Amino acid sequence: MRTLEQTTQEVLDLAAKHFQLPAGSLAAGDDFFKKLGIDSLQTLEMLSRLENHFGIELPDYEVQGVSDFKTLAERIQSRL
Amino acid sequence: MKTFTGKTLRWGWHEGIIELTLDHAPANEIGTAMLAELEKFVAALGALVPETSVCIIASARKAVFSAGGDLRELYATAAATPEKERSAGVRAFLERIHAVLNALDGAPFVTIAAVHGACLGGGLELALACDMIIADKMARFAFPELRLGFIPGFGGIPRLKRDLGNAFVRDLLFTGRTVNATRAQSVGLVAQLAGEGEALKIARSTAAQITKYDAVTRTAAKKFMKPIPHEELRREIDLFCELFTRPAVMAALKKFIEDSGPMPYLP
Repeated sequence: MRTLEQTTQEVLDLAAKHFQLPAGSLAAGDDFFKKLGIDSLQTLEMLSRLENHFGIELPDYEVQGVSDFKTLAERIQSRL
Repeated sequence: MKTFTGKTLRWGWHEGIIELTLDHAPANEIGTAMLAELEKFVAALGALVPETSVCIIASARKAVFSAGGDLRELYATAAATPEKERSAGVRAFLERIHAVLNALDGAPFVTIAAVHGACLGGGLELALACDMIIADKMARFAFPELRLGFIPGFGGIPRLKRDLGNAFVRDLLFTGRTVNATRAQSVGLVAQLAGEGEALKIARSTAAQITKYDAVTRTAAKKFMKPIPHEELRREIDLFCELFTRPAVMAALKKFIEDSGPMPYLP
């Protein structure tokens, strides 16, 4: 079982890799919409990426209003 | 007409396989422009049927198969129409799109939707009219219509019910959530999963296999196993028009088209 810290780090790594950002350039408290500049279609793509990586289903309404990596990781953690 | 390039889509025929490519910025919204070209496509099928085994429908847009009905156009048209005439206008559009999707649904060749990215609302209804959905593993599917106060209007519920269990149908409709391709495959919505960016390639190899079988048998099998739910489709149009005339729908549409948030498909 992953810890929340591990989950958060994996989310950060996944986002950095996908958006081709330097490792360590994203922080848990960052607003990912602002930091990554993603639109609604890219949000859906990111959701698929996270679900495939963690092997979970993360309904959109559970992450609606979430904008920072840490809270996103918490939502993921509750589905692991 | 073996090839066509329009403003919203194009098609080409090669060795028994038609490829219909949706290419309408930004997200392959199905409005009057795409509908007119889909009608042109269906009209052209008659001449192609004798030498066609498979039709693949795919998207040229980067992150989307189709975001569904053109809600901006729907709102603008409805807003410019006297309230008493709105229902008739929507009904006329629905009758036309149903005619197109029924023709695809019952086409005497195999139809494959090669889906990548977002496949929402009317886009999913287009895919559901096909015999098989081959999905990129990053694809996502949803029926977000209830957030606007109406139901899917392009035949979504009858076709979903035809193919899948009601538990999943209700989950999809009542929550409006998107589901990923793996989940969609597990419930039988998706026939085959493709790697990232590989859905069209997999669809082409599947089509090449399908062309090897006898056309008469294939057509008979399709007709036997995939009846078109005409009665339910008629009732869907009636229910859509009934719901659409409520003031809350116009308010929800206005809110949606003004929403620039990352999840505008959710309320």
